[in-house]
Amino acid sequence: MNDLYNNPIGHWVVVTVAITALLFVVLTATAYTVWFERVALGRIQRRPGPNRVGPFGLLQLAADGVKLAFKESFVPAATDKTLFVIAPTIAVAAAFLAWAVIPIGLWYNVQYWIADINIGVLLVFAFSSLNVYAIVIGGYASNNKYSLLGGLRSAAQLISYEMALGLALVPTFMIVGSLRLRDIVEYTVHWGWYNGPIPLILLTPVGFVIYIIAAVAETNRAPFDLPEAEQELIGGFLTEYSGLKFVMYYLAEYVNMITVSALAALLFFGGWYLWVVPPVLAFFLKVVLFLFLYIWLRGTLPRLRYDMLMRLGWKVLLPLAIANVIVTGIILVTTLG
Amino acid sequence: MTDEQDSEQPEHPSPLRKPGERVPAKPEGERPGVMSDVAALAGGLKTTLSEFFKPTVTLEYPEDKSPRSERYRGRHYLRRYENGLERCIGCELCAAACPVGCILVIAAENTDEKRVSPGERYAKTYEINMLRCIFCGYCEDACPVQAIVLGPEYELSDTSREKFIYTKEKLLEPLPPDVQARLDSKGPK
Repeated sequence: MNDLYNNPIGHWVVVTVAITALLFVVLTATAYTVWFERVALGRIQRRPGPNRVGPFGLLQLAADGVKLAFKESFVPAATDKTLFVIAPTIAVAAAFLAWAVIPIGLWYNVQYWIADINIGVLLVFAFSSLNVYAIVIGGYASNNKYSLLGGLRSAAQLISYEMALGLALVPTFMIVGSLRLRDIVEYTVHWGWYNGPIPLILLTPVGFVIYIIAAVAETNRAPFDLPEAEQELIGGFLTEYSGLKFVMYYLAEYVNMITVSALAALLFFGGWYLWVVPPVLAFFLKVVLFLFLYIWLRGTLPRLRYDMLMRLGWKVLLPLAIANVIVTGIILVTTLG
Repeated sequence: MTDEQDSEQPEHPSPLRKPGERVPAKPEGERPGVMSDVAALAGGLKTTLSEFFKPTVTLEYPEDKSPRSERYRGRHYLRRYENGLERCIGCELCAAACPVGCILVIAAENTDEKRVSPGERYAKTYEINMLRCIFCGYCEDACPVQAIVLGPEYELSDTSREKFIYTKEKLLEPLPPDVQARLDSKGPK
């Protein structure tokens, strides 16, 4: 395998195969995340959710996909046609790019990744913040007041929460000393008799709480789904989108949701390490747990008002994140000398 | 004492704030703290999670149907006597009673060779336009021989308008057994 990987042509073969496999896995996971969300939300409201197409409604997404794919690819008059088409592609490209650096533990000592670079986490956030361009450009290009308002809200929201999100992870990097996701997962401690990996949430619980709140806001999910806000903004930036262009935004939203769930598992819960559970299953379980948390929040909390959202971001999460960095720094200096 | 109070504060202060007037701050003790907010959040999450594990209340319609009243007015049936003769005597009172005029009855004379109903006449043609019918049940009330009844079926969708003209053959289909039993328990045999 190493020989093939080091060969210039073999390298590209390996990378292409890896990317294809990942695309397949992530797309499938996205489809079933949508199914999972619809069923879980249904159960919260004491409905069964989709259960007609295929066993347990598992083929519902295929039916929805076919329906959307065959819809007319409609571009409203007086829109900026180029930007209108480019915006959803940015969304979906940014969402998938983040998966280039996310490692997945397949088996004991066998991990899967496309690019194992030493600034992994930074790159994930760089790509996930590209999503704001998709939303703002989509909102602007639609030539619709609701779309524009949705896009503007999104811009303000993402900028506010990006800071808290980044700062929430700084203590983790300070403790581990690396931005490489694999290093963070394999961070081991030597506490007396215990030698081995630990979930980093034990060391940075505040960072975890800030991360979860900011990540929900970052992916535009309820209760922070102001850019879409069906009740007041029709569909926000999605108002004028239909057919496959709508699918692209929708796909991007769910891929982002899986990405931040996977990151939460990797950064705070020890990734693929879980006692004796096989790594790939452990990783899967953790991601599903976080996805459930997302859905659970959506099924519970009403949408925040816009000024409450901004207040929470700037006046609560950001100071808390900065304080967390400072306190972690002091503790690290005093304990390690 | 009451005079003093009145002069300081009106008894019913205006609920509207004047322009520029600020919202009075709540007293310190009443302001909910962060912990009570977190407790409220946890309470909400607990509620939704407990609902998650309860059984669903959905009636899965095509498989399960909600119970209908005994007197439910669905599609029509024409009844027969136990000896096989049709009850309908072609009097057209149902057609006269029908508020939307969806019933067509063309009567013919019974003869000794060809006896369809015990009366003088019988319905040669009996058609109901189900697209027009409002399921009021006046035809059932008007019928002097209890020949027409409204049964429990309400799933009457079909693929063409012609199929909604229910002819005598269709209307003479046997009643569902429970409706038959209910009708047999009262009225003439």
